[in-house]
Amino acid sequence: MKPRNLVAAAVVAASVTALPALAQDAGTLKKIKESGSVTMGVRESSGGLSFTLGDGKFAGFHVELCQRVLADIQKQLGMAKLDIKYQPVTSQNRIPLMQNGTIDIECGSTTNNATRQKDVAFAVTTFVEEVRIAVKANSGITSIGQLNGRNVATTTGTTSVQLLRKHERATGVDFKEFFGKDHADSFLLLESGRADAFVMDSQILAGLIAKSKTPGDYKIVGEILNVEPINIMMRRDDPTFKKAVDDGLIKLMKSGEIAKIYDKWFMQPIPPANVRIGLPASDATKAAWASPNDRPAEDYAKKCAGC
Amino acid sequence: MGNWDWQVFCKNTIDGEVISSCFGRSGDITYLDWMLSAWGWTISVSLLGLAVALALGSLMGILRTTPNRGLVFLGNAWTELFRNIPLLVQIMLWYHVIPALIPPLKGIPSFLLVVAALGLFTSARISEQVRAGIQSLPRGQRMAALAVGFTLPQTYRYVLLPMAFRIIIPPLTSESMNIVKNSSVAFAVSISELTLFALQAQEETSRGIEIYLGVSALYFITAFAVNRVLHFIEQRVRVPGLIAAGGK
Repeated sequence: MKPRNLVAAAVVAASVTALPALAQDAGTLKKIKESGSVTMGVRESSGGLSFTLGDGKFAGFHVELCQRVLADIQKQLGMAKLDIKYQPVTSQNRIPLMQNGTIDIECGSTTNNATRQKDVAFAVTTFVEEVRIAVKANSGITSIGQLNGRNVATTTGTTSVQLLRKHERATGVDFKEFFGKDHADSFLLLESGRADAFVMDSQILAGLIAKSKTPGDYKIVGEILNVEPINIMMRRDDPTFKKAVDDGLIKLMKSGEIAKIYDKWFMQPIPPANVRIGLPASDATKAAWASPNDRPAEDYAKKCAGC
Repeated sequence: MGNWDWQVFCKNTIDGEVISSCFGRSGDITYLDWMLSAWGWTISVSLLGLAVALALGSLMGILRTTPNRGLVFLGNAWTELFRNIPLLVQIMLWYHVIPALIPPLKGIPSFLLVVAALGLFTSARISEQVRAGIQSLPRGQRMAALAVGFTLPQTYRYVLLPMAFRIIIPPLTSESMNIVKNSSVAFAVSISELTLFALQAQEETSRGIEIYLGVSALYFITAFAVNRVLHFIEQRVRVPGLIAAGGK
């Protein structure tokens, strides 16, 4: 045996004997402690929740929540330094990247539903999204019932389309659907007058209106078409890491600190363009903060069956 | 392959329940119904676009070979304008920009705008093929026709075009198949064709592989049918010795 192999063997032996001491830090916590780093999945452009500032920097409500939680975890693990790496993800790759270990915690805009809970775990709900309609302020439209015979825009490849179809079936309101190829395109349909309403997550609508040429010309109105919890995502079957993240979030919820962080990202002007999204926390979001839980979207739908 | 689920096409688009016949009844729509209707849109956009492209492309191609410099300029300008701007950008121009400049155009259905955009884009390419076909003929043919007393239109009708079109059938076949595939950009302006169906249905059902395979098969069938039709025409109009004069 060469000397170098001897050293390697000694290291392996040492780490094996050291293992019992680390037993409580299984899974992701162990990985964080051993590597001194953690990889956060973030979104390039998910409204005030998670977005890029350019130059490899990311910010937003969920990104800040994750940063706070990871700081707590760093303290608990007694680490002098924790290196947070940011990895941009998309709707298509976020779950595979979580499962294969590329990212350790995803702080974007992932809907917590029962199908995804089979593949990943979600932290306690920090944001509840409401699907509503945006209209021109001078259109006089205030409810979905008034959309009969009108043109309604939504974005191809989103669940809003299906929602609209279900609603159309249930209420008998007959409207013509227009599909934008992305959110900006759908908003252009509304702006140019091709569509009378744009159906989408209110957070996205508020962001698009804030960034438009004349934000005063648009408003978000009407019934809430759907409610979906948007959660921070983690790997499945890693209860110690989930508990650590949940504990950190619940601490922020109990102290009321989370409302201040929300205010910072949704009610104050935010970089890079220094615009204000102007979306107050919904009742459903406040309810989630008051009684922390990780119930999937299906539970919300059931509760709302009568509405 | 083990976890493929072809039942996805039999699902109701409203509640996701599988309907046994795979075709919805009494107002229910399955994903199969939706895909077939999307196929209809793809075929309509492609065939109408092709009609526009063949008519305008032939006209512009002919103009570019006439002795009149003004007409040559018109044909050249047309061709360069429509083939130097990406198709998707042209569609956006027709849909968002031109109606903003000329408000009455807002009332035109997006279907007709897409047919126009696709037809004009392809007409530039066909114009180039027609020009090449005409110019590949020996100059003596035109001169001889004019010398025996044909007018210029007669020269084109009876001498040049019958040969030029036979020469360019193979590239025209490719172009006709291309228009089927290019029609996929129509999803950008809310035409409910196969690509829009694929983008939307795979999000709703989480069965992207099955949906994309189904859609790919329909595109293939459509484009291949166009290929066979043009191949048949090519066989039927062939005149032995006319084109490959002095060849094999």
